[in-house]
Amino acid sequence: MARFAGVDSGSWNTKAVVIDDAGHVLGTSVVRSGADLTVAAERAYAEALAAAGCAAADVSAVWSTGFGRNAVPFANGSRTELDCHGRGAAFHVQGPLVVIDIGGQDAKVIRIDANGQRLSHRMNRKCAAGTGSFLDEIALRLGIDTAALDPLAAGATEELELSSFCTVFAGTELLTLIRSGRRPADLAMAAYRSLMKRVIAMDVFEGRVVATGGVVAHHPTMVTLLSEATGTDVIVPPHPQEMGAFGAALAARDGAVSVGPGSVPATPRTTTPTDADDGD
Amino acid sequence: MAEARTELRSTAALRDTMSAYYKTLGDAVTTKSAPVAWCTSVGPAELLRALGFAVHFPENHAAMLGAGRTANKYLPVAHAQGYSQDICSYLTSDVGAYLAGESPLSAFGLTGVPRADVLVFNTNQCRDVRDWFEWYGRQWNAPVVGINSPRSVGDVTDAEVDDVTAQLEALVPVLESVAGVRLDGGRLAAAMKSAREASELWERCLHTAANKPSPFTFFDGTIHMGPAVVLRGAPEAAAYYHVLLAELEERVRGGVQAVPGETLRLYWDGMPVWGRLRALSTTFAEFHTAVVASTYCNSWIFSMLDPADPWRSMARASVELFIARSDGPKERYIERMVELYDVDGIVFHDCRTCPNNTNTRYGMPRRLSDKLGIPTLVLDGDVNDLRCFSDEQARTNIEGFVEQLSDARTHASRVTR
Repeated sequence: MARFAGVDSGSWNTKAVVIDDAGHVLGTSVVRSGADLTVAAERAYAEALAAAGCAAADVSAVWSTGFGRNAVPFANGSRTELDCHGRGAAFHVQGPLVVIDIGGQDAKVIRIDANGQRLSHRMNRKCAAGTGSFLDEIALRLGIDTAALDPLAAGATEELELSSFCTVFAGTELLTLIRSGRRPADLAMAAYRSLMKRVIAMDVFEGRVVATGGVVAHHPTMVTLLSEATGTDVIVPPHPQEMGAFGAALAARDGAVSVGPGSVPATPRTTTPTDADDGD
Repeated sequence: MAEARTELRSTAALRDTMSAYYKTLGDAVTTKSAPVAWCTSVGPAELLRALGFAVHFPENHAAMLGAGRTANKYLPVAHAQGYSQDICSYLTSDVGAYLAGESPLSAFGLTGVPRADVLVFNTNQCRDVRDWFEWYGRQWNAPVVGINSPRSVGDVTDAEVDDVTAQLEALVPVLESVAGVRLDGGRLAAAMKSAREASELWERCLHTAANKPSPFTFFDGTIHMGPAVVLRGAPEAAAYYHVLLAELEERVRGGVQAVPGETLRLYWDGMPVWGRLRALSTTFAEFHTAVVASTYCNSWIFSMLDPADPWRSMARASVELFIARSDGPKERYIERMVELYDVDGIVFHDCRTCPNNTNTRYGMPRRLSDKLGIPTLVLDGDVNDLRCFSDEQARTNIEGFVEQLSDARTHASRVTR
């Protein structure tokens, strides 16, 4: 049995997955990325190998993805998280489909055709609203752990609105609502609704919708809200938080073309427009 | 190992040409050898040259601040004056630099931006250029005059050309008064002829990128367009583009690639990100992707300029400008460019502080993608304010786009095999 692995070096967590040649997941792990992405990648990979009951020598190829994909020195190739989340989702769900990935630092919407080919992608702008960081900020304002937000929202009875585009402004808005005596459960639900609205504004959702990433893995309320908003039962595949790493493992298995600098030699540039040159 | 890029020899001539221009500008200030006019980049430069003005283009100056990555030092200075961080970062960085008493023109012997005797705007680009010039006009008690051009123009009408023609003619008495000379029709025709000649040569330089592989990229163009901008109406611009064109044609004959191993070709719409020119150029090159053409560099092609009909042809150039048009003509233009340069995809820069040169906000990328059957990518950024640009997000977006294009090509070849 051949084995392949993927490592997703994300902004908050580093995920690793080991699969067999049929795409069955043999082992996974999630560790904090911290300040040293390479150390986190090594740890995540070691833990995934242990969970799979195999050694690195048993793995035919390891590919990396995520914003720290170039900080995984043992990777044989890399693909962006745009590719890997789409690839992983398309393994589980026949296209055409739309993949929503909500991570700690960004949100992505990826459109996949019937052949599993990526048609387009959209990423949120340089802003925390619409990402997992938004939920962290709201939990902080409510004085609870982020993990406690979802069970809290389950008790919501009143529909409140957080209308601000900006995470900082939303936090201020939240304080105003707290002062006006609103219930924490309703505020927690309002935060999820705000996040959902940012995400569904990124694209048009037609056909099957698949959700991946740490937010949907740990906040089922988001899946419910996304399903209501898109008018379809949003599909959450197995291991949603590790979907990027799973996609990277599939890329390793499939021998995808790595366009990243890990496999394409950097082009020496003896001449380019110099940044100090003139222009208009 | 990828092949190294080779130097464009013309860069030395470019530096000489630009240095001579800045020196002339400095001389005009220090020796009073000529009155100084400020002109927006697509303002009536030919008219100003015919009247003997030394012409300063503040957008060129602002781009220098961006390219030198000093803009962000100056932006807060202008913001503190009540000029919002949401308006043109060319304006705010330029005004901030003035208030800080600093300028990259010091490298050419000037003490700062040249003090204007008159400032001449054309709002065919945006309203910000007028606000920009009026700020300086108040500082120096200098006259601010210009053209209020129609915006969002569909099919250009005679009425619109008549309107701008009349506004151009109305500038003459004011400018003659500042210059202290009467307008000479022969000098105007000569300036028009120079501008037309340089425009034709610049267009031919850009069109060399239609070759596969391309000898020239958008990133090269943003630098080599300097003379087309600041020397419009002067013979030095055409002289430089003869040199550049000869080298580019030599590259085409010799098969010299601007991006070694070119496999993908893209079109760029929107402003450059001046402070990240090299980084973006390098990133695309790493992916063997040549950004071969752009709306931006093409915007200094003024094929309609006619020395025999100076007023109406200047007006037509102003009204027909891409940035002044509605989405219909803009889309038809980009469609022609996609076909001419045979590109695999289009990159749109959503420039945070330049809505007028951003074509992403009313659905154009998706319309063009649907119509042309090629993917589009939107990069968030800014022309000068690097706080609006994320290196990592841009890189992931570009790399993801390249993956998508490469996979589509591989898939298509498997299907047709």
